[in-house]
Amino acid sequence: MERASLPDEQAATGSTPAPVPIAAPALPAVLVQSLVKRYPKSPVNAVDGVSFEVRRGEVFALLGPNGAGKTTTVGMLTTRVRPTSGTAAIDGLDVARNPVEARSKLAVVPQRSNLDRSLSIRDNLVFHAAYHGVGKAEARARADELLAQFGLGERAGVKPDLFSGGQAQRVMIARALMHRPQVLFLDEPSTGLDPAARLFVWDRLRELKERGVTLMLTTHDMHEAAELSDRVAIMDHGRILALDTPQALIHSLPGSTTLELSAHAPEGAGAPEGLLDALGALPDVQRVESVGEDSGQGPELRLRLYLGGPAPALLAPAAAVLERHGLQLSAVEIGTPTLEDVFIHLTGRKLR
Amino acid sequence: MSAVAETAPAGASGGQARTFFAVLRRDVYVTWSELPVFLAQVILQPLFLLFVFGKVLSSLGYTQNGYSDLLFPGLLALTAVITGMQTLAFPLVVEFGWTKEIEDRLLAPMATGLVAAEKVLFATMRAIIATSIMIPVGILVLGSIPWRWSGVPLLVVVLVLGSLLGAGLGLVMGTLVVPNRINIVFSLVFTPLLFTGCSQYPWPSLSRLPWFQYVTAANPMTYVSEAMRAALVPSVPHIEPWICLLVLAGALAVLMSIGVRGFYRRAID
Ligand SMILES: Nc1ncnc2c1ncn2[C@@H]1O[C@H](COP(=O)(O)OP(=O)(O)OP(=O)(O)O)[C@@H](O)[C@H]1O
Ligand SMILES: [Mg+2]
Repeated sequence: MERASLPDEQAATGSTPAPVPIAAPALPAVLVQSLVKRYPKSPVNAVDGVSFEVRRGEVFALLGPNGAGKTTTVGMLTTRVRPTSGTAAIDGLDVARNPVEARSKLAVVPQRSNLDRSLSIRDNLVFHAAYHGVGKAEARARADELLAQFGLGERAGVKPDLFSGGQAQRVMIARALMHRPQVLFLDEPSTGLDPAARLFVWDRLRELKERGVTLMLTTHDMHEAAELSDRVAIMDHGRILALDTPQALIHSLPGSTTLELSAHAPEGAGAPEGLLDALGALPDVQRVESVGEDSGQGPELRLRLYLGGPAPALLAPAAAVLERHGLQLSAVEIGTPTLEDVFIHLTGRKLR
Repeated sequence: MSAVAETAPAGASGGQARTFFAVLRRDVYVTWSELPVFLAQVILQPLFLLFVFGKVLSSLGYTQNGYSDLLFPGLLALTAVITGMQTLAFPLVVEFGWTKEIEDRLLAPMATGLVAAEKVLFATMRAIIATSIMIPVGILVLGSIPWRWSGVPLLVVVLVLGSLLGAGLGLVMGTLVVPNRINIVFSLVFTPLLFTGCSQYPWPSLSRLPWFQYVTAANPMTYVSEAMRAALVPSVPHIEPWICLLVLAGALAVLMSIGVRGFYRRAID
């Protein structure tokens, strides 16, 4: 695993082919260079020299534990936090120097609801559009369309104090889309949502991606990062520890794909002589471990193989080895590492 | 950089003006949809002051004849300053510290200072309207109010300055106060401000109570009250209007610069 603070262009383009530039290379949707934020009276940098770029149409996730500096990074990109040093640009526009123009290109769905409580849901959307110079008729039509799409049509006239966290989240995403932003920032878009609401939000975000909106989200949920993003930056203590596609990050972990084999042992407990060595000699197998003889229905042998390559290719050879030792394969489980394992590998800590 | 030049027209000043008025329209819309609340908020306090001090006490003979003539301009000043301050300070404290509602406006494509300017403009408008409502209310409660057409130009200028003063005080309070301190600040600032602003007594008459005269001279609201009296009841001894206007202009400059700075500090981390 390369601990890179700069985006690893080569590795990333290997799995997601970049669009071929016709005339000039397109500006990245987001460009961040050596960004640092130290809050007043704080002894440490909340964001400590972060650099990355988000391509147009890409879904980019900042994955990190509480206090990693995710919200601060998004704050600097969205003109709400003044960087201590470094630069951030949206669509080629320096956000610190051109905050007004930058704001018209971006939209933010914050971690906590900031809906206007004096306005109905629909008016929240319509006034947001007005702030961004969208004409009245267009704003109304678009608000109704988005509210219907987000399953909020019937509650359009309700004020947001009566809304649950999940509903408020949906309203805020709908609001953010009112002025057709080029880059949408979502700070922990599904924290606090129930599983159904989370899937709903994920579906909406996938639709946005299909329509070519650039999404930058923060999360401390590795499933969310793996599920939605083209590339993930793993962040801790204000620094980016690794940045790549979820697959590449996972594959970079040495020997963490596992293949767990269960077999009935007819002549009693214990692995037959030479079995472990024979399995260990198979290609890509780095280590074999006996993980206990579980006594569900009769004696059972469980063996875990740590692999350096993909697990499915090893299924047939492993079954053959077992058979040669007089064992019948009864169950198979493939353990793939997750981004959580990548995080533990990088920091020695759990994500949460 | 050519990219910057290309995108500049989108955020040009025309766009910012449009955003500014959209935000102003939001405030007007919210006030309009809560009109009874607005009226109750702005009318109730001065109405009772007017009724008790101007009507009840004089009917019972506890105040001298003519006290209500002296009180009425003072209550106009009070309404202008207090309404301007309340309209700005309370929502701002809550929006910044708690509900974060202001974020959507801070992320609108206009300069952060314009968000503050809109707040000041709207609070001033509300204060002017609330104070104007006091005129018919005064006629209703008192039967007649002191009125001088030749004093109207000064009245209008003072009304605007007094409303702006309230808005400026509100901006300073709203950006300096954190939500869990709002109650204590309210009692520590609001009440003294209310009673040292010469709305219930003319300043020159305080010469019999010199220490209090000094205290009241430090309250900018005093100069609104005094100038209002100069406009409507010039026969009552008052501070010269030009002094009042000068002091008010100075106070406004100081408050606005502190307030806008505070606003930037709260708006951008
Ligand atoms: N306004 C602020 N003033 C001072 N310190 C702050 C401020 N906001 C954040 N911090 C500090 O900066 C660090 C990074 O915070 P940040 O909110 O960016 O983290 P995060 O990754 O978004 O965490 P979470 O998952 O909890 O949202 C933390 O140590 C936090 O205490
Ligand atoms: Mg956060």
